[in-house]
Amino acid sequence: MGVIIERLSYFQYPFVRYALIVGVLVALSASLLGVPLVLKRYSFIGDGLSHVAFGAIAIATVLNLSNNLLLVAPVTILFAVLLLRIGQNAKIKGDAAIAMLAVGSLAVGYLLMNAFSVSSNLSGDVCTTLFGSTSILTLDRFDVYLCLWMSAAVLVLFLLFYNKIFAVTFDEDFARATGIRANFYNLLIAVVTAVIIVLAMKLVGSLLISALVVFPALTAMRIFTSFKSVMICAAFVAVSCAALGMLAAIVAGTPVGATIVTANIAAFGVFSLLGLLFRKKA
Amino acid sequence: MPLLTCQSLSLGYEGKTIIENLSFSVNSGDYLYIIGENGSGKSTLFKTVLRLIPPVSGRVITGDGLSDREIGYLPQQTMVQRDFPASVSEIVLSGCLNRCGIRPFYSKREREIAHLNMKKLGICDLAKRSYRELSGGQQQRVLLARALCATKKLLMLDEPAAGLDPKGKADLYQFIERLNSEDGITIIMISHDIEPAAKYASHILHIGGGGPLFFGTKKDYGASGLWKIYGCREGGDISWA
Repeated sequence: MGVIIERLSYFQYPFVRYALIVGVLVALSASLLGVPLVLKRYSFIGDGLSHVAFGAIAIATVLNLSNNLLLVAPVTILFAVLLLRIGQNAKIKGDAAIAMLAVGSLAVGYLLMNAFSVSSNLSGDVCTTLFGSTSILTLDRFDVYLCLWMSAAVLVLFLLFYNKIFAVTFDEDFARATGIRANFYNLLIAVVTAVIIVLAMKLVGSLLISALVVFPALTAMRIFTSFKSVMICAAFVAVSCAALGMLAAIVAGTPVGATIVTANIAAFGVFSLLGLLFRKKA
Repeated sequence: MPLLTCQSLSLGYEGKTIIENLSFSVNSGDYLYIIGENGSGKSTLFKTVLRLIPPVSGRVITGDGLSDREIGYLPQQTMVQRDFPASVSEIVLSGCLNRCGIRPFYSKREREIAHLNMKKLGICDLAKRSYRELSGGQQQRVLLARALCATKKLLMLDEPAAGLDPKGKADLYQFIERLNSEDGITIIMISHDIEPAAKYASHILHIGGGGPLFFGTKKDYGASGLWKIYGCREGGDISWA
């Protein structure tokens, strides 16, 4: 009991509260984006990108960059655009190309980190990059503000382009035939995905990031059947799971990323059951 | 000036030509029926006219006050749509998007247009229902209402009756004919059903073997006998008068 009270007292520090806010905002952005990604069958892009980001972080570490975001963000965005192209051109080949790219980045990244290690705690570094920081306290001030602004930008973009994103997701040909620049919106979705992945890596790490994108959308779709309600529910699920997960992680001393993802899995389970019950009634 | 003109159009994907030297024009009020075997390039022709893919050579010209962004398109259904979480009203309203321009939200007028078109198709009571729970015929009505939101002049329908039961087909064809005769909307339709062509169409375009086999009025098409390759299932004759 004493331990728990002591850990709860962490919340008197502003940076702990900031981290909580950042976590919730990143999860919120990822979940909004997840709905069109899942519906467009683009979930794999998120997964592929997270591995690319790992490779980029390894290179940044080896180069001993003071702020690795400056390298990781552009590289990930570039690959987001590339993956989108592959996905559009040839569907089956695209699948394999992404698997190749993902595993390749992971292997090369790990190799580089091993070969040119600059850290005394190599396995700790790798573990942090893959599964997120064991302590969210490692977020510095710059990260916090960056996350705040980026999440705000994602929210504004979604509000402004909500109807267009719906049209392009539901029926790209029809949208293009009526003059909607579908390629532009696809590109926008890919770039925003890359940005969110880079931001969220600090929180849950590169292996678990897809969960933040995919789980809330799929959870919401178990019960809700209109686009708007799915979006709202996904956002709600993501925010609750992120907040609960982080609180639980701090209190129980478990890894933050894994705890948030576990909360998402639990939510998915509950919603699936509820969905079955509702459907039986109807 | 015709509403739509295709001038010595060659089309295909990635440099591979499917149809060569296709010329035809559609006037306001026409009901053009496009016939051809699977893979003959009917859907590709639609996509070229809608500027979704560039023509290999030749031109597509819109006239008579028709902007190329004001064509109501009813595509073939995709796998993605079958389990898409969207309500009927969300889908119909998305047909108004070309009226919005850079405005991010729908205006009251656009909501009215969507409502009117749902009324026209008799799907107002489905407005809050989920698209994926509807029957095939209901889904086609929803997509037709959306296409109507996008146009006042020209509808392009890609196999609208595919997968419907006989009653659903008959209803849909009757409804499309009313849009043509009562609302004066020009129709271009791809279909494999030959009987409705004889009943409703004004013009026929028959594509096959890498080019146009026939383009002209329904009466001339009947006289040409080309339709007999579809084999009259009942053994009876079709009246093309």
